[in-house]
Amino acid sequence: MNYVIIGNSTAGIACVEGIRQLDKKNKITIITDEPHHTYGRPLISYLLYGKTTEDKMKYRPDSFYKDNNVEVLFGKKAMSIDKMNKRVNLDDGSNIKYDKLLVATGSRPFIPPMEGLDNVKSKFTFMTLDDARALEKAINKDSKVLVVGAGLIGLKCVEGIADRVKSIEVVDLADRILPSILDTEGAAMVQKKLEEKGVTFTLNDCVASFTENTATYKNSGRTVDFDVLVLAVGVRPNTELVSEAGGEVNRGIVIGDDSATTLKDIYAAGDCTECHDIVADINRILALLPNAYRQGETAGINMAGGNAVFDEAIPMNAIGFFGYHIITAGIYEGECYEDIKEETYKKLYVKNNRLVGYILIGDTANAGIYTSIIREKKNLDDIDFDLVKEKPVLMAFSRKDRTEKLGGAH
Amino acid sequence: MKRVYVNEKWCLGCHLCEYYCAFANSGVDDMAKALKNVEINPKIRVEGDNKVSFAVQCRHCDNPLCVKGCISGALTKGDDGIVRVNQDKCVGCFTCVLSCPYGCITPSGTGVIQKCELCTQNGMEPACVQGCPNQAIVYEER
Amino acid sequence: MDFVNPRDFIPSEYKVIRNTDKCIGCRVCERQCANEVHHYDFDLKRMVADEQSCVACNRCVSICPTKALSIELNNYTYTPSANWSRKNINDVFEQAGTGSVLLASMGNPKDYPVYWDKILINASQVTNPSVDPLREPMETRTFLGKKPGKITRDERGNIVNNLTPQLTLDVPIMFSAMSYGSISYNAHESLARAAEALGTYYNTGEGGLHKDFYKFGKNTIVQVASGRFGVHKEYLEQGAAIEIKIGQGAKPGIGGHLPGAKIFGDVSKTRMIPEGVDAISPAPHHDIYSIEDLRQLVFSLKEATDYKKPVMVKIAAVHNVAAIASGVARGGADILVIDGFRGGTGAAPQMIRDNVGIPIELALASVDQRLREEGIRNNVSIVVAGSVRNAGDVVKAVALGADACYIGSSALMALGCHHCRNCHKAKCNWGIATQVPELVKRLNPNVGYKRLVNLVTAWNHEIKEMMGGMGINSLEALRGNRLMLRGVGLNEKELEILGIKHAGE
Repeated sequence: MNYVIIGNSTAGIACVEGIRQLDKKNKITIITDEPHHTYGRPLISYLLYGKTTEDKMKYRPDSFYKDNNVEVLFGKKAMSIDKMNKRVNLDDGSNIKYDKLLVATGSRPFIPPMEGLDNVKSKFTFMTLDDARALEKAINKDSKVLVVGAGLIGLKCVEGIADRVKSIEVVDLADRILPSILDTEGAAMVQKKLEEKGVTFTLNDCVASFTENTATYKNSGRTVDFDVLVLAVGVRPNTELVSEAGGEVNRGIVIGDDSATTLKDIYAAGDCTECHDIVADINRILALLPNAYRQGETAGINMAGGNAVFDEAIPMNAIGFFGYHIITAGIYEGECYEDIKEETYKKLYVKNNRLVGYILIGDTANAGIYTSIIREKKNLDDIDFDLVKEKPVLMAFSRKDRTEKLGGAH
Repeated sequence: MKRVYVNEKWCLGCHLCEYYCAFANSGVDDMAKALKNVEINPKIRVEGDNKVSFAVQCRHCDNPLCVKGCISGALTKGDDGIVRVNQDKCVGCFTCVLSCPYGCITPSGTGVIQKCELCTQNGMEPACVQGCPNQAIVYEER
Repeated sequence: MDFVNPRDFIPSEYKVIRNTDKCIGCRVCERQCANEVHHYDFDLKRMVADEQSCVACNRCVSICPTKALSIELNNYTYTPSANWSRKNINDVFEQAGTGSVLLASMGNPKDYPVYWDKILINASQVTNPSVDPLREPMETRTFLGKKPGKITRDERGNIVNNLTPQLTLDVPIMFSAMSYGSISYNAHESLARAAEALGTYYNTGEGGLHKDFYKFGKNTIVQVASGRFGVHKEYLEQGAAIEIKIGQGAKPGIGGHLPGAKIFGDVSKTRMIPEGVDAISPAPHHDIYSIEDLRQLVFSLKEATDYKKPVMVKIAAVHNVAAIASGVARGGADILVIDGFRGGTGAAPQMIRDNVGIPIELALASVDQRLREEGIRNNVSIVVAGSVRNAGDVVKAVALGADACYIGSSALMALGCHHCRNCHKAKCNWGIATQVPELVKRLNPNVGYKRLVNLVTAWNHEIKEMMGGMGINSLEALRGNRLMLRGVGLNEKELEILGIKHAGE
């Protein structure tokens, strides 16, 4: 039995751990186009921020591959899947035989066509360790940085370099920062925190054209000078391996609760896939590390002959800037309960007598209890919702529920 | 594995477990020295009032969502079943705070997270268990 | 703020001493004090105490994690007088203010002679070797009930079993009558489980038997008292023995009174009386005005339970206790219980508790002597109660003629009671003498029953040790063996009543 995993990040590593729950013996091969030991990809901003080091940010210990009998082909790119012969063709012309294959290829930055972008010499994306290393080399305390995109990646990058550069300007076409996870009011609160650190924002606007060191905004016509450009507009899932092999792909690779693609013996997990969002009840890309792990682990177990299912994916995010934390989950639909104070912000969304989403800013204590209420689809009649509205506590559950939750192993 | 369980029926809501926890994790040899004029930040919390109350801390889940969601590899589940955090690796992203269904992962106050490790890091039986005046908190195999 | 008429004001009895260097402000004292003595002052940023309501139960002292607390006697003074003690004066103040009978609980605290402490035990030297309980068998098992006067045989010469029902005690110690109501469910559960584990008995008192505890029936003595609360056929059938309570050492001559406030929920159900109504046990049994009446009740109960259980009769130790005991022995009782004047109570009028009755040591000696003289000692077993404080007291009681002892106060202390003597206020901080749910749960029976087992097991070791020292290897041989006792500092009359010689004789 040959297990082959394309991708050396969360989903790939989780797949190894999934396989090894059942199969301690058979060989696993990981193919990665990066030259690095597995690392926590979201940690690249913390690396620049100085909160971790390249050594500490290793996702698993140095001995991980050895301990798990994994051969890693570093710096090799999988070019195609030969499903008939069960082989993965690599960029060096060689191929690898697989019996069970996981595609965990993640995503890549999406860069929309922008006039004059080629003129910009000092431009970076912010997805990989190499991106972070390159950016780090390019910046100094006199740098003026322009970040295109006020999403999660762009703003974590901002946090990472804020104390190491002269100024940062962020531009985004959306009307607010972090549009994928925050509402207008919450976004404004977080924006204020970032502005206190000297970051400037231009929203509802985008770059119309670049010269080497200037950007001209489309709506305002304003011209902004910069030394370093960071492009964090969005990402695209790497689905081609599967689609070209004939597997079903929508926006992401289509997989089931068992992480299997529509192709035999081929599984997929992580940011390259679409999964079922159980709150919104739709299939969509939920490019979140915890989901990637669960999908990868599920794939691994199933590849090793087990019977695992991951059917509790929900949108959720924990992000923070300079010690100011934001935790969100679910969807923002239905009736809203809010509690907004100067430094803290809470919104809970209730639909069909269920908690379906929340936004917590500033005070995120015990947020996971809200997450579990969403994930478990608790009927609000079965819990003390008035209490839970005030703060997430287990006291809000019935004694029976509590005994069940706290009385055994889960 | 042996876990810490709380029998709600016998929990008095006295909050002593929180103080014994804070003391055990203080590294100081005298409780008064460790906790005087200190706002404690224990790894166990008591919910409720003196009528209905219970203490809760990390359940060391068999399916630990915190470990699986940890972006840095700082949270691990050992062969002994204990979920531990390597604070040196933790970057304080709080994905575990978002994930833990029990609300048992909390900020350490130093920019990273902290959690109950069953006092293994303190080389003792869990302090909360030892300090509970009514044996409401027990450390046992179930 | 409460304004008190200066004439009613009584200074606090106790002082809360807080070592502020040690106090970490965890507020556990505040959370655990049902009398609301402690609270955290947010302006001062430290704990403060209102000592006026402190009863010195020592819950806070015991639970304080840094041991920052102690309770001391408040040493305020009135003009000193050997006659007008602080207590005497304060009682007058209180009654002048309230117009009420003084209530008290636990045992008589006054400075009457404790004869146990004036009696010493013998030990063997040279001529009559002692027995080592660790190497040789030592019997502390005892049987309570009427013993046949003579052996009878059938035509073929075989012994006829004419033994009436007996209680078998692995240790000569039982838990005395404390009702569910006066003490908590958890206290009862602790006593019941301990009795089972120890091979002895606990007693329901006059509160009925909670159905949850039917399973401990073979270790339960069910009591029938003047109020007949909780008495029904099933109840009588549950117990291993039935005890008729005529009197109680702490309050001879009066009945009982459980305030309606304590009677709700299961307490009301178990007593078979309405919620919130005071449970008043009459002073006498209204159907008992003579030994003949008593005999009727004894036999009614035997009849009701098919002559399968011994019937006990409990009387308070009063002046002519020997004559009364004689009547009880002749009235058909299998076991006679004598309760001395230092016996505890959940609530009694203070004047009665402190001034009525006689010491158990003297009562026991005179009863045992009288029954022997009348040749009816074997008609009954004798159980004594009323402040048996340790194994030494047990050994002395047996040597004076007792078959076994009841313990009440010491059992409660094993459960956590710190003898603050405020049971009648029903706010027991140790979860014993209370029905307040959040206080009751402070007594976890898993903890409580083990402590009772520990206590009695320890005493039993000590009893064996002392018996061995005397060269005696069974309780049987110690019973009524007054030669093993000597008095110290007792006068001729006291020695005569106790039936013992003075030390040195």
